[in-house]
Amino acid sequence: MQRFINDPDQVVEDTVKGFVKAHSDIVRLAENPRVVVARQAPVAGKVGVVTGGGSGHEPAFIGYTGRSMLDAVAVGELFSSPTAKSFHDAIRAADGGKGVVVLYGNYAGDNMNVKMATKLAAKDGIEVATVVANDDVCSAPASEREKRRGVAGEIFMWKVGGAKAATGASLEEVRAAAQKAIDRCRSIGVGLGPCTLPAVGHPNFRIEPGTMEVGIGHHGEPGVRVEPLKTAEEVARDMVKIVLDDHGLPEGTEVAVLVSGLGATPLNELYILNDTIESEISARGLKIRETWIGNYFTSLGMVGATLTVMALDDELKTLLDVETRCTILL
Amino acid sequence: MQTFDNTSSGAIVLSMAERIIENRAYLSEIDGKIGDGDHGVNMAKGFGMAAERLKGKDASLSQSLDTLGTVLMTEIGGSMGPLYGVMFTEFAETIEGVEKIDAATFGRMLHAGLSGIQSIGAAKVGDKTLLDTLVPGVEAFDKATADGKSFSDALDALVAAAEAGRDSTLNLVAKIGRASRLGERSLGVLDAGATSCAIILKELAQGAKAALANPS
Repeated sequence: MQRFINDPDQVVEDTVKGFVKAHSDIVRLAENPRVVVARQAPVAGKVGVVTGGGSGHEPAFIGYTGRSMLDAVAVGELFSSPTAKSFHDAIRAADGGKGVVVLYGNYAGDNMNVKMATKLAAKDGIEVATVVANDDVCSAPASEREKRRGVAGEIFMWKVGGAKAATGASLEEVRAAAQKAIDRCRSIGVGLGPCTLPAVGHPNFRIEPGTMEVGIGHHGEPGVRVEPLKTAEEVARDMVKIVLDDHGLPEGTEVAVLVSGLGATPLNELYILNDTIESEISARGLKIRETWIGNYFTSLGMVGATLTVMALDDELKTLLDVETRCTILL
Repeated sequence: MQTFDNTSSGAIVLSMAERIIENRAYLSEIDGKIGDGDHGVNMAKGFGMAAERLKGKDASLSQSLDTLGTVLMTEIGGSMGPLYGVMFTEFAETIEGVEKIDAATFGRMLHAGLSGIQSIGAAKVGDKTLLDTLVPGVEAFDKATADGKSFSDALDALVAAAEAGRDSTLNLVAKIGRASRLGERSLGVLDAGATSCAIILKELAQGAKAALANPS
């Protein structure tokens, strides 16, 4: 595949530079060039909201920096956790004196680096709470939910956590709201084509023509099942089934739906999937309150899509309605 | 009693960096089979940065290990940054201020590195990680010294056990990290972390052995 890059080893630096130039009304760089900070942060008396993760998932993670969203984001190498130092610097940049919540995904590197950053922040006298996203249904069975990785449900978690913090809530209240959001999210990814790290130069795994990987991860981790490629209708039906069978929601539950492309799937195909996703969810007696559809959380140039369903309650509905200003419209 | 000199052995870290950089493509290739293929890239970046900082400095082994550990921990991230970062900074702390490193000190250094890794990671032996190289290596070194073998023989035992441990990951199912999502599909492939750990331990042991043979 042909790409717009300069130096394969400088992809992250160049991405962040261009991002900050485009959105200087919303974000700025911290002293550490691997930390993106909302312009207004830190806000005195507000709980700081932080995330971080590997690059290559744009607009995640940096694109969700902004007002009533994330105060600071630690930026890692492509598909690789940010350093403990970057998480620590992000926590410091977000600290308005009321504590900082770190809302991140369940990956070995992120777990270790956040743990170390939390210890460093404690030495600065900053109280840190964490929520670890684990919404990806196919990454482990329901009995081992703590092993599941975090995927696009993180966006709902950030939105809810960021909105809750904006109401002036306490650190524990913000943590609890974000935890509830992710507890009520289930996601699935389907991959039709692999992605390539520019510095590696070739795809990390193959998806044979005519097949698809069900349960694919956000880093090109192969899926749990390889199947012949089906029609969009059949794929969407399968995605809804896997997500909702795991969810087990009572009829009448209101839900928010997020359909995200993985980087190289055109938007029109997401709409084609959503045509069936909407019908299938409604057919199960659930009420779709809102649908977000677009490239919200990508994996470089992977071909494919993810579906996330979040079960709502009054608090989550109120928080989803809080006006947000970040580089992605919410 | 065999010892080697801390002050004049900093070059061991430079040659370790050379080996890692040489193996950049190989480590990424095996990582790519069950991981995301960036292990060699990130390791070479970190070890290369540390080597740049150390070149021409004539640093001691403890200072060199500290520089390497700090670079990995603060600049590299991922899983390997904190894991190897902790290991090398623990190595450095154990031998800091020790002029002549004997087998007992070297053994304490290995254990401190291992404990550091275990304090931040959750892996066990058999999970298809770098611990499958490190733990048998450390145990073999312990056993050899307990059996009254010389320091240099114990270093040979360390390398042999570490490499056997690395090879054992071929037949292991990954239990932790990105490859664990693959279940049985992770069989038949070496673990990239176990492979880089074997390179590191071999270079460390061979460097120490050479320093034992040629005391300065």
